[in-house]
Order: sequence, then structure tokens, then C-alpha cells
Amino acid sequence: MATQLDKVEVVTVGVGWTGGIIAAELAKEGVKVVGLERGKERSTEDFQMVHDEYRYAIRYDLMQDLSKETLTFRNNRDERALPMRQLGSFLLGEGLGGAGVHWNGQTWRFLPYDLQIKSMTDEKYGNKLGDDYTLQDWGITYEELEPYFYQFEQTAGIGGEDNPMGAPRSNPYPNPPMVDTPITKRFKEAAKNLDLHPFQMPSANMTENYENPDGQKMYKCQYCGFCERFGCEYGAKASPNVTVIPTAQATGNFELRTGANVTEILHDGNRATGVRYVDVQTGEEFEQPADIVVLTSYVMNNTRLLLQSELGQPYDPETGNGVIGKNYCYQILPGATGFFEEEKFNTYMGAGALGASVDDYNGDNFDHSDVDFIHGASVSITQTGKRPINNNTVPSGTPNWGQEFKSQSIKYYHRTLSVGGQGASMPHRDNYLSLDPDYKDAYGNPLLRLTYDYTEQDRKLHEYISEKCAEILKEMGADNVEPRSISDHYNIVPYQTTHNTGGVIMGDDPETSAVNNYLQMWDADNVFVVGASAFAHNGGYNPTGTVGALAYRAAEGILKFRDEDSQLVQAKKDSQLA
Amino acid sequence: MADNNSNTKMSRRKFIKNSGYVAGGAIGGGLLGTLVTTSVTNNGSQTASNTTDGGSNQTNFNKALMYFTRQEDFNILSAATERIFPEDDNGPGAIELGVPYFIDHQLAGAYGHNDKEYMQGPFFEGSDFQGYQTRLKRHEVFDVGIQAIEKQSQQDFDASFVDLEGKQQDEILQKFQDGDVDLKGVTPTTFFELLRSATIEGAYSDPLYGGNGNMAAWEMKQFPGSRMSYLDEIEKEDFIEKEPQALRAHISS
Repeated sequence: MATQLDKVEVVTVGVGWTGGIIAAELAKEGVKVVGLERGKERSTEDFQMVHDEYRYAIRYDLMQDLSKETLTFRNNRDERALPMRQLGSFLLGEGLGGAGVHWNGQTWRFLPYDLQIKSMTDEKYGNKLGDDYTLQDWGITYEELEPYFYQFEQTAGIGGEDNPMGAPRSNPYPNPPMVDTPITKRFKEAAKNLDLHPFQMPSANMTENYENPDGQKMYKCQYCGFCERFGCEYGAKASPNVTVIPTAQATGNFELRTGANVTEILHDGNRATGVRYVDVQTGEEFEQPADIVVLTSYVMNNTRLLLQSELGQPYDPETGNGVIGKNYCYQILPGATGFFEEEKFNTYMGAGALGASVDDYNGDNFDHSDVDFIHGASVSITQTGKRPINNNTVPSGTPNWGQEFKSQSIKYYHRTLSVGGQGASMPHRDNYLSLDPDYKDAYGNPLLRLTYDYTEQDRKLHEYISEKCAEILKEMGADNVEPRSISDHYNIVPYQTTHNTGGVIMGDDPETSAVNNYLQMWDADNVFVVGASAFAHNGGYNPTGTVGALAYRAAEGILKFRDEDSQLVQAKKDSQLA
Repeated sequence: MADNNSNTKMSRRKFIKNSGYVAGGAIGGGLLGTLVTTSVTNNGSQTASNTTDGGSNQTNFNKALMYFTRQEDFNILSAATERIFPEDDNGPGAIELGVPYFIDHQLAGAYGHNDKEYMQGPFFEGSDFQGYQTRLKRHEVFDVGIQAIEKQSQQDFDASFVDLEGKQQDEILQKFQDGDVDLKGVTPTTFFELLRSATIEGAYSDPLYGGNGNMAAWEMKQFPGSRMSYLDEIEKEDFIEKEPQALRAHISS
């Protein structure tokens, strides 16, 4: 029934950062690439009306239409999973550029410790967390990945300054750091007083007019305060739409098809033959044959497509066997809020990646001998632009409506500052992704099911980091400081972070990982699965820098695969799964 | 800003007296509608003789009902939003800001009909951590909730919700927030949370949506709205006050 199309060499599923990077790198080398994007096309000119908190930040104009597809959620396996009917905890993107359109632009490199977390933790602390935490090395070292980090930073025009406790750099950032505001200065001063090592957060909001190595131009950020959940009307925030997608298009080798929702990876045994997709406007089905299939959609969809297409072995939490859906991780959001009675700050101004950070409590940058957890968090203050619907911080004990709420929320609107950590998330055998047995999407396919709750590791980390954040705020002179507490269970309702990871994880052993360090599937040589789905755990930073680096690595792998047509990495153990 | 609002410091009781609002359903919808509209659109002016907006002589034709079919329901909604975001020393409350019209208009469209939400069954009551789980769309949740507010008011105080003292109204609303009333098809807490968040959204969203009348909520909060650049000011130490600017400023014709 489906219309058969002419074969192409490479097809990508999703055109955001990863789909754009793959397309640009391959098309530059003369490879014909078709990019399938289920959403619509969009560009800078679509964002003239973007300073609209209600439309974009509250009603999620740029986000996924859940009426067509969502996921189901439960805290544990004994519970019935129910659909996430409204967006909340995380914001899934949709449309050309994906979540790369509405990100804040905070662009980090994961630490050397992250990539070798299992061996480095075992060496120093032994099997500290126990066997229920399915920690593993990523099958690549920081030294190997470092050039790809820089490649992404050049493409995205990252501005930053040296992070004394961060991953080592062979090159300076392509751009200078963002401006130092009274708020970031205050944070840095306090941090120094506490013998910490503050620095300006690395940013994909342009700090100067910039032309990247592909010849794409971006313009200096105006600090207008509308980044997260918004597109940029100046083309001042690096997005796939102003960088890699136009680069791919300029080659003449890239064909973009929007409104193309991929429902299945077609395969003959362990070799993909193409993909099936639905034209979302006509409902017509197409089969697009391809030599190489690259999954470049979000974490959730990369995982779901593999499960639905029965490619790779699904993870089974009972036995611990199988890999697809394994090591789903979120992030832990410790922090504290400081109330200043006598001072007001210009918090309505800002940029998504305007902020200052310390890395003293991240990764293995401090001694964990006397604490009950591993890893940690980058700790930052950000000035992203506080908008009035979403920012009604009041001292604890204040009701959340009525006269007292109104006057307190108005009083403290410009009188609170928050210091927060992006807490690393360690994989646990009970946190995973699978197919839901009951609920279906608009095309009749099963929804992805998320089974997730906080672990003891998460709670200890949260408590420790929140206390550190509170110390910094006290040193900053806040009159009253309230540390955050973690809820009884993970709650899918309030927004937390869109940093979901895992499900199609990388490693050096096919028994415990789905893809090798080129993000090539162990079980299907001509399938590459690119994105944060490859993270074997989640670190203490925004993931996009690492996603970008891995995408450049994957692009190199795909070019290599065209010549070799085989598995590119020798598995650590000879245990290839059937 | 607060000091600009001396003319708006009208108590709820006085508002009711002036507008005839106290009569609840006893007065015909048409007349009451005019009176409520007048109070909402006049930025606190106590003249009830014309329907102007922000001092201009142009009638604001957006202030009519797009969703609600009964004036009484709209009045109950209005009174409830005013308790959630009341007029006070800071400035106007929900009614004067136009929040009830904002909610009415939103319920008529994509928001009210959950266009971007997953509404396929089966439906089960979820845990406290699983979120919205009802087969009712938001507009139906408001219908059910508003009727339940009135029923609870009759039951507890033998009077219409719109006739109650503010504290009595708060007691009723608190019961919904705490989940202490019976609702069909949706939890009272879910309804209350929708009402609460929609009220705050209406107060602080761009005035293009019908709330935040004259950008008065932005003024109270000292939020300058949609400004294109702070490049020249972002490094300044002192707090910078700015007149708010709405999205209308970005329309070129």
C-alpha cells in the first residue's frame, strides 16, 4: 500500500541538531541525504512575535503536539502507567530544528570522569553504589572526543572562558564570554570568598557577530530575555536552522522533507533497508529505501522507533538483559532561593546562557569518601530573563493564591535570586523505557512507557548540593535563604528539565550497550542512533555540547562505514547478540 | 504602579454595589453584562454610563462572551478569579484586568478543547505524580467546577457564591484546592489548579489575549513586556524602571 520511493544513500529521522550535523557533514562530502522531519519548516522570520510568554512559554507553541504522540509514565513497575496528557516536566520539541530552536544555549563538555565513570569510580571508591546502579564507561575517552567538542563549538559559535575545574581544552572558545552583570559578578565574588572557582558559563547566544567555519553568520545577542521556550528573532542564538541545516542545503545534496512522520525502520534481519513514514498532511504512507539509516530524533523517539521496529534487544529489568530502553536518566535539580529585602535586580533582562558557574562540586572534582553518593552538579546562577506568568516566587508558607500571594509575588519579583545545580543522574536497573501495552499514538503504534523514580543516590546528591547553593546565596548577602527539597517521588507535572538521556546507550560491549563509540548499532551495522539517547548516564551539565560532539563523531563514522561496510569498532567482548 | 491606582481602590463590596453585581442571577443577563463589562473596562472608573476602554472613546468589542452561555456562570468565574488575584494596594485585580474575559476566550479555543493534549482513553485515576487524568476537556472542567462552586456555596452559606463575603468565597475555593468537595469526572484539585493558573496567566499575559488590561499587571510587577534589546543596560547596577510595551509594538502596519 505504501508508495515506494527511489533509494537514497542516507536517510535521517528528525532534523534538529543531530540530523542537521549529520546532513551537513555528509552532504559536504558529496553524499546524498534525505532528512525526514515530522514537524513544519521554520526560520528566524517566524519569530517576530516571539516575545509572548503565554503563547510560547505557557501554551508551548514550539513543542510537540501530544494529541498525536506522547508517552506513558509510572514511578515503578507495580503501577499502571498513564499517559502524560499535558507537557510539564520536560518539553519535547517539534518542527525543523527540534529542541535546538528553543534551547537556552548553555553549552558544556562532559567531564573526562563522565566518559569513564565506572572504571574511575571503582578505582577510587570501589563499588560504592552497589549493583542496582548500572553504571558503565562510554567506550570512548575524553581525549578521543575532544576534537569533536571543538568542532561543535566552532559551528555553534560558543562564547566562554576557561573553567578551572572543567574538561581540559586544546583551543580557546571561538567567542568571548557573555557580559558580566551585577548578578553574575555578585555570584563570582561570593564563590571566591568560599574558595570556589567561578567562571562565566559557556554560551551559544552570540557574544559577537560571528561567521562559523561553514560560512554561516550569526548576530550579537541583545539580552532581550526570551530564549528558553522561544526562537530567536535576531538569529543570535545558535540553532540548527541558522547553522548546519543551511550548510547542508547549500551543497545541493540534502533534501528536506517536512511533515514526514517516520513510523518504522524497515530491516531485513540485522540490516536496515529504509524507513516507512506517513505524510502528516495527506495520511499517505511512503517507504524510503536507504543504504544507511540514521536516527536523529529525540531520546524518546529514537528508543521507541527501535522497540517498535524490533531492532536490537529490548531491555528487561527483571533479568537485566537487553539494551534498548536501558539506562534512562533524567537530572536532579537541587538549589536554593535567596530573598533580598533591600535590593532589586534587573532580572527581566537576560539571555538563555547568561550565567556564572562553579564546577567544584561536579563529577569527581571533590572527594566523595565521606558522602553517600557519587558525581555531583555544576552549580550556577543564571539570568535568563524572568517573565511574569512563570515567576511568582514567594517565601515558603505563603499561599499560592489570594491577596497575600499577590502582594508577596509582586514584592519579590525582582528581589529573589536562585542558585541551582544540574545534578548528574546515575542509571538504575528499575529506571527504563519500554513500549506501553495499552496506549497508542495517532498512527496506531504503541506509546513509549517511562518507568522512573528518584534513587537514594539522587536524594543524597540533592541534599548535599542544595546546601552548597544555600551557602553561596548567604555569602551573596540574601536576607533569607531557602534550600529546595526533593519530592517524595518523581512528579511528571512541574517543569524540571528537558535533559532526558539514555535508552540507546553507547559502550564497548554489545551485551551492555546498543551502539559503539561511532553510535553505530552493534546489532545493525548500517544503523546509527545519534543523540542524548547514547548517554550511558546523565552528567551535571546541559547535554547539547556532548550531543553535538557525538554527532560529529557519528558523521565521521558514517563516512567510514561507506568505505568499510562493516562494524567499525571491535567489541570488547566477543558476545554479539543474536 | 501602585501610586497610580488611587482611583482603583474600590473594595469588592463597593464594586458589587456600584455594578449591581450583588444581585447575582436576579438581574437579567443583558443588563448585568453591561454593568460588569463597564466595571472591567473602565480601569476602575466608577462611571457606569459608557463602555470605553483605557480612556479612549472606542468600545472594546472583544469584551463579550465567546464561550460561556450563561451570564451567571461568567459572574461566578469572575468572582472566583478576583479572590485568586484580588484588587489591593498594588493595583487592580482579576476583574479589572479582564481576566474573566481572557478565560472565556481561551476556553472557546485550543486551550479549552485540549487540542495539543493526549485525550485518548482508557482513563484511570492517576497517582499524585502522573498529572492530568480526566476525560473532560478543560472547558468541561470549568463547567463542572463552576457549577460545583455555586452548589457548595448554597450548601455552606445558603447563598449564591457571588453574594458571599470575600472570606466566605475563600473558604469555598480552599475546599476545592484541598480536594474536599465532590466533583464528577475530575478532581476538585485539578479544577482549582486550572482556575488558579488561568487567572495568573490572564493577569500577566500580553494584553492581546484580553487580560492584563492597559498592561496594568505588568506595571504592578514592573515588567517591561516585550522589549527588543537590553544590550546597553544589562551591566547597570541600579534597578531600571521602564514603561511596559506590548507585542502590538512589533506590528508594522
